Amino acid sequence: MGYATNPIKQFDIIEIFSFGSINGFDLVFTNSALMMLVSVAIISGWLILTTRGRGLVPSRLQLVSEITYGFIANMIRTSTGSEGMKFFPLVFSLFTFILVSNILGLYPYFFSVSSQLIVTVALALLVMGIVIFYGVWKNGFKFLKIFVPSGIPLVVLIIVVPIEVLSFLSRPLSLSLRLFGNMLAGAIVVKVFAGFVVSLTAMGLIGIIGAILPLAMTVALTGLEFLVAALQAFVFTILTCVYLNDAIHPGH
Amino acid sequence: MEVEAAKMIGAGIATIGMGGAGIGVGIIFGNYLSGALRNPAAAGQFTNLIFGFAVTEALGIFSLLIALLLLFVV
Amino acid sequence: MAGDTTKTDMQAQTIDQNGEEIVIKLDGKDAYGEQLQTSTQYPKEEKPFPPFDPATFGPQLFWLVISFGALYLLMSKIALPKIGEILEVRRDRIEGDLAEAERLRQKTEQAIENYETELATARAKSHEIAEKTRTEIKSELDAKHSEVEAELSKKLSIAEARIKETKLAALVNVDEIASETLVSVISKLSTKISIKDARDAVKSVVKG
Repeated sequence: MGYATNPIKQFDIIEIFSFGSINGFDLVFTNSALMMLVSVAIISGWLILTTRGRGLVPSRLQLVSEITYGFIANMIRTSTGSEGMKFFPLVFSLFTFILVSNILGLYPYFFSVSSQLIVTVALALLVMGIVIFYGVWKNGFKFLKIFVPSGIPLVVLIIVVPIEVLSFLSRPLSLSLRLFGNMLAGAIVVKVFAGFVVSLTAMGLIGIIGAILPLAMTVALTGLEFLVAALQAFVFTILTCVYLNDAIHPGH
Repeated sequence: MEVEAAKMIGAGIATIGMGGAGIGVGIIFGNYLSGALRNPAAAGQFTNLIFGFAVTEALGIFSLLIALLLLFVV
Repeated sequence: MAGDTTKTDMQAQTIDQNGEEIVIKLDGKDAYGEQLQTSTQYPKEEKPFPPFDPATFGPQLFWLVISFGALYLLMSKIALPKIGEILEVRRDRIEGDLAEAERLRQKTEQAIENYETELATARAKSHEIAEKTRTEIKSELDAKHSEVEAELSKKLSIAEARIKETKLAALVNVDEIASETLVSVISKLSTKISIKDARDAVKSVVKG
């Protein structure tokens, strides 16, 4: 099965060149690393170049940067209060990185960084690590109040606290798997329908006529995947804000 | 080869779990829509809507993950 | 995968049993000329699913740290402060413009108020002047009126006095005429009568 028909093939990591290895650790530059750097270059280039003019009346491109800024700033302010604004660069970087790499991954023959488990797990662990360290550093033992909902009788607490602990522990899992699963499944589904087009067109005229249906499906699914790409970036960001809010104000 | 077949069947069964997540997501969006249409002032709860959607959908993704694990890892 | 290792084991066993095939194993090919599956080299189809392949974790993590770290630094040090500054400058400018507009508006209102007070005082003043003039004219008029009246009444009284005098004189003359008439009548009739008696008689008649 070639690249065009095998839906799994798009996740292959291909080595482009290697920087050699340090202490047995391969510093290979792969297509995954290339796409990460491309995402970073697009985000930084966009934000820095469009705001170069510092226009008092913004141009259209500058307006996109400003709207993104205002959107994220507003999201943090409404969910964590003004105290959460110190995490603004982090949340902004997370949102733009996930959004751009999700959307880039939708282009044919592009590699989808966010459909690599290790990438989403690393981002989720980064968020949860910051939540735990900041929460403990700022609140000390009071941080444990996130496991104890207020206004609940002691007897019920015996049941509720383990559930809260479990829910807290499942947060990094669900945070990473949601992004990973959505992008992976979306990419596979689009690829499966595109593969139908390829294999049907090989069957001659009848096949080509029959391929119209999966082609239309591929187009529709690509549109849906653009929606999902933006939605998952938003979901990851809003959950990050909610978790950061727990670290800033424990005890709900 | 029987093991391979069992994995495939197991993966297929595991994806049924996503149907539950689909029902849940449908209920969330449907209730949001009916609430927002009855009382347009309630349409400002968009963030909570997305939050509920995300939490519900994660459970479906778990079953998808089980299917993927069965197919490619175990 | 589990199936492959058993397959390799089986091949290794056959090779052990038939010593001559060891050469073929070193070639890397089995009896049918197909590539042997050894543990060090992954065959194309048996490669693990890339997202779950632990061999890719290290390099991806490494590049993720580099790229995301670079993104974070670029955002927090360059891009976001710049956008924030642009927004702040704009907000300051808008606020400044609004304050300036408010200041000008207040100035205009002040000017209107001044104008109105001035107008009111002017109106009051003109009213006062008009009133004053009116009273002045009226008093003057009154004075003249009373003067004229006084003169008129004086003239009237003089005239009345003269009329009275004339009347008196006339009355005296009437008495005289009556007495003389009486004298002439009496003398014509009978006896002589002194003018003095006649006058007394007239007088008594007039009085009576």
